Amino acid sequence: MQRESAIREPLILGHKTYKDITDDVVGPIMGPAPLGWKIMITISSIIAIYGIGSILYLIGTGVGVWGLNKTVGWAWDITNFVWWVGIGHAGTLISAVLLLFRQKWRMAINRSAEAMTIFAVIMAAVFPGIHMGRIWLAYYVFPLPNQFGSIWVNFNSPLLWDVFAISTYFSVSLVFWYVGLIPDFATIRDRMVKPLPKKIYGILSFGWSGRAKHWNRFEELSLVLAGIATPLVFSVHSIVSMDFATSVVPGWHTTIFPPYFVSGAVFSGFAMVQTLLLVMRKAYKLEDYIHIKHVEYMNIVMIVTGSIVGVAYLTELFISWYSGVEYESYAFINRFSGPYSIAYWTMMTCNVISPQLFWFKKIRRSFVATFIISIVVNIGMWFERYVIIVTSLHRDYLPSSWGEFIPTATDVGIFIGTLGIFLTLFLTFTRFFPVLALNELKTILKSSGESYRNKQVK
Amino acid sequence: MKKVFHVMYDDDEKLLVAARELVGKGIHVNEVFSPFPIHGIDPVIGIKRTRLAITSFMYAMTGLTIAVSFMWYTMISDWPMNIGGKPSFSLLENLPAFIPVTFEFSVLCAAHGMVITYLLRNGTLPGMPATNPDPRTTDNMFVMEITTDSNSMNAEELETAIKNTALFELSIKEIK
Repeated sequence: MQRESAIREPLILGHKTYKDITDDVVGPIMGPAPLGWKIMITISSIIAIYGIGSILYLIGTGVGVWGLNKTVGWAWDITNFVWWVGIGHAGTLISAVLLLFRQKWRMAINRSAEAMTIFAVIMAAVFPGIHMGRIWLAYYVFPLPNQFGSIWVNFNSPLLWDVFAISTYFSVSLVFWYVGLIPDFATIRDRMVKPLPKKIYGILSFGWSGRAKHWNRFEELSLVLAGIATPLVFSVHSIVSMDFATSVVPGWHTTIFPPYFVSGAVFSGFAMVQTLLLVMRKAYKLEDYIHIKHVEYMNIVMIVTGSIVGVAYLTELFISWYSGVEYESYAFINRFSGPYSIAYWTMMTCNVISPQLFWFKKIRRSFVATFIISIVVNIGMWFERYVIIVTSLHRDYLPSSWGEFIPTATDVGIFIGTLGIFLTLFLTFTRFFPVLALNELKTILKSSGESYRNKQVK
Repeated sequence: MKKVFHVMYDDDEKLLVAARELVGKGIHVNEVFSPFPIHGIDPVIGIKRTRLAITSFMYAMTGLTIAVSFMWYTMISDWPMNIGGKPSFSLLENLPAFIPVTFEFSVLCAAHGMVITYLLRNGTLPGMPATNPDPRTTDNMFVMEITTDSNSMNAEELETAIKNTALFELSIKEIK
């Protein structure tokens, strides 16, 4: 068995046994739905229904109901798309990259972070879909033979790379998540008493029985999937950034974009994980499993990625001046002093200054401060995409076509609506799925559990 | 007629120690059921390392070949077009633009191919019945399965050897 230094902070607090871990995770699923959950899901589904209504209105009427115009042809839609994809980066990063680095603290958070990833990517996929206008022709993005003399999709285009990147990322994250869920579903199946839920969990658990050979394959599969999902995580947001970077629009046409977008994605993803988990650990009484040390680890990741983002902002600014390209420098002067300067300064404050507060140990190890900063960062990251997209577009090469973008009620409705759909999906997940990777947690109980740790000290 | 012993332990380390002890006496352990992977059990009960990773590489190579040849067919052979002046005269010239899709498609094939192989090899598919001998083995109990037909010892000898380990519960079934 693996041993850990006794002075390391334990990852599982209290005097837990294997049975306690099962009870703590499966208990809430078997019991009746708590009142708080019912209230939350009612509110979020109302918002979701409003969002779906806005989407249907958009599809029925046309993209004209958005605030887009000839100059600003991409605005909230793509902002929301990039924001959601970015949020969707934390889950697979936690489960894949941290698995390769053998970071055991991931086990408490990976299940819900991956669920969040999957739901966020679904939300992201909504936007390019509805932006097509004629969503019933969405299959055109795939290279299918057709009756127009086989006009193929353009494999030179980053937009098509995106189709492949996002669909691969989504489906691989989904199977990675599900493979991990199978043994946990089996635990619930064997616990359930009521016949119908027992039957459903029985189907979901694929007849998993925990044989030694199966576990042997399971571990190999997790490792290899982590190995191939790691470059995948980095490739997805790099490709998203190429949607912009391969264009000739000042402010977009920069080689710094891929690393800058990837670290921004991880940054916002961790912020969203913090926001959701800090609420979830209280609501489902998981304080012993997700405690301040986990939050601190995540905050450290946020300082690193937040600082990379900060350096990228400043580099961009410096290079726009140092390059001597008039268009490029104007684009940046316009960002911080033009009509959208509020968005720029919001982005700077939220993304560059706020994560630096985590250098203070008091703030890094405070639930309240972390919760507030995580929300601030998510707001900042939304504004980052808004600044990149709208301020770069609204000042065209031709001053006669300069314009401005004003969001309409449909723009706002769809964005708020996706937040509602996302929350509804996440709440459904917390109610019916094992929110912690409980069987994985059992493997670290003896090396990182508090009571076993104390025995070692003796 | 054979006898099946399901030896239950309440701790993974106890099972590991017991398995070593029994195997040392020349007893063959058929199967181990546990709620999580017991590290170190595989060599003791004679389980070889899985070859699943090799299949993943083969699926990735398949994906890579399909992606490159398909892009060559559509973009260079079937319907070449001048898009933004990007060279489309030969595969080599156009290759840099094909790398992202090639990578993504290889990963897609590797991941899904491997997961499908894993599920088929395990026989874990939607709707399959659970085969663990006791529902507690997915919670906090660890079960070792020993049968008389895969051992040269007789039932009594096996039972004595098993009872010498730190077991929690023992159930014996007779199967004709």
